[in-house]
Amino acid sequence: MSLLFDAVLCLLLLLGALGVVATGAARPAVIAFIGYGLLLGLAWVRLDAVDVALTEIAIGSGISGVVLLHCVRALPAPPRAPAAHPMLRPLAAAIAVAIAAALALAVLALPEPAPTRAADVAAALPATDLGNPVTGVLLVFRALDTLLEKVVLFLSLVGVWALSRDPACRGRPAPLSPEPAPAPSAFLARVLAPIGVLVGLYLLWAGADHPGGAFQSGAVLAAMGLLLVMGDQIRVPAAGNRSLRLLMLAGPFGFLAVGFAGWATAGVFLGYPPGAEKAVIIAVEVAITLSIAVTLALIVLGPPADEGRS
Amino acid sequence: MTGALLFGLAGAALVGCGVYGLLTASGALGRILGFNVLGGGVFLIFGAVARRGAAAGFSADPVPQALVITGIVVAFCATALAVALLVRLSTMEARAAPADAGEKET
Repeated sequence: MSLLFDAVLCLLLLLGALGVVATGAARPAVIAFIGYGLLLGLAWVRLDAVDVALTEIAIGSGISGVVLLHCVRALPAPPRAPAAHPMLRPLAAAIAVAIAAALALAVLALPEPAPTRAADVAAALPATDLGNPVTGVLLVFRALDTLLEKVVLFLSLVGVWALSRDPACRGRPAPLSPEPAPAPSAFLARVLAPIGVLVGLYLLWAGADHPGGAFQSGAVLAAMGLLLVMGDQIRVPAAGNRSLRLLMLAGPFGFLAVGFAGWATAGVFLGYPPGAEKAVIIAVEVAITLSIAVTLALIVLGPPADEGRS
Repeated sequence: MTGALLFGLAGAALVGCGVYGLLTASGALGRILGFNVLGGGVFLIFGAVARRGAAAGFSADPVPQALVITGIVVAFCATALAVALLVRLSTMEARAAPADAGEKET
C-alpha cells in the first residue's frame, strides 16, 4: 500500500518536473516549480527525513517561489525566441535520458549493506546533549559546513545589494507591490503573523530534540516578515539601518567567534566548551536564526533603491 | 528498502528532466528553473542513500540529511543571486532599448 503511494508520488514528481521544464511560459513554469517543491517535501517525509522536508518546503519551494514569481513580474514579456534548430529538442532529450539512465544504474548498483555513519552519530550524540541527530550533525559534527553555509547566504545578500545603484546601499528596497495591499492581505497578515512567529520560534526551540532547527525557523520568521510587508503592516526597512545590519552579521560572526573560542575552551576550532555544550549550541542557534530570518527576507526584497527615489 | 530504491530512481529521472530543461530553455529564467529541478533530483538520490543507511535506531543516516539541508540553502542562494542579476540585466536592457530605437529612426 505504502509502496503504491510512493510510486504515485514519484510519478507526480516526474510530471511536476516535466511541467517546469516543458512549459514555454515563465509564470506557469514557476507555479509548477512551487508545486514540484511541495511534492519533493512529501517525498522527504516518506524518506523519514522530516528536517529536510521542512527545509525543502520552506526554502526550496516557499521562499524560492516568492523570489521567482517576483522575477517573473519584473521581467518584460520575452521577445519571441528565434526558432531553435529542429534537432535541438530530440538531441537534448537523448542526452537527458542517457544521464538519467546512467544515474539509475548507479542507484541500482549501490553497495549492500549500505555504508552509514548513523552508528558514529549515535555514539557521539549523548556528549552534545541534543536529541535530534540532524541538528547534532549540523551544529557539532559538521559545524564547518553550517558556518560556511551562513557565509554563503550572507555573500548572496551582498551580491544582491551590489546590484543597487546606490554604492552605500542605504535606501529602502522597492516594495514588493506598488499598489496598496488589498484588505484581505492586510487581514491575513494581522491574523497569521502572530501564529507564524510562534510556529517559527517553536521550530527553533524544538529543533534540539525534534525535527526543526535554525534554518526552518528562520525561513518561517522571514516569511512572516514578508507577509507583514505585503499586508502593509510594516514598512520595508532601510538597508542602512544599523540594527538590521547587526542582526544580519550576528549569525555568521557569532558562530565564527564561538569557533575561535573553541581553541581556548576545547582545544579545537569550532569545539564547544565541555560541560556547557548545549547552552552554547542554543545561543549559536538563536543568533543564526535571527540572521537567517533577516537575510532571507532582505534577499527576497531585492537591492535597495536609489537614495533619491526612496 | 524498496521505497528508498524507488525514490532513488525518481531522483535519477528528475536529474534527466533538469538536464533537458537546461539544454532547451529559451530564456535565463527557464535555465534557473532547470538547474533547480536538477538539484532536487540530486538531493533525492542523496535521500535514498540516507534512507538505506538507517542504523543504530535512526530511521535514516543523519549525515547525508544534514548535507542536503546545507545543499538546499546553497542552491537557494545561487538562485536568488541569479534572479537578481537577471532582473538588473532586464532593467538595463529596457533603459537601453528606447535609445536604440531613437537612433534607428534618425
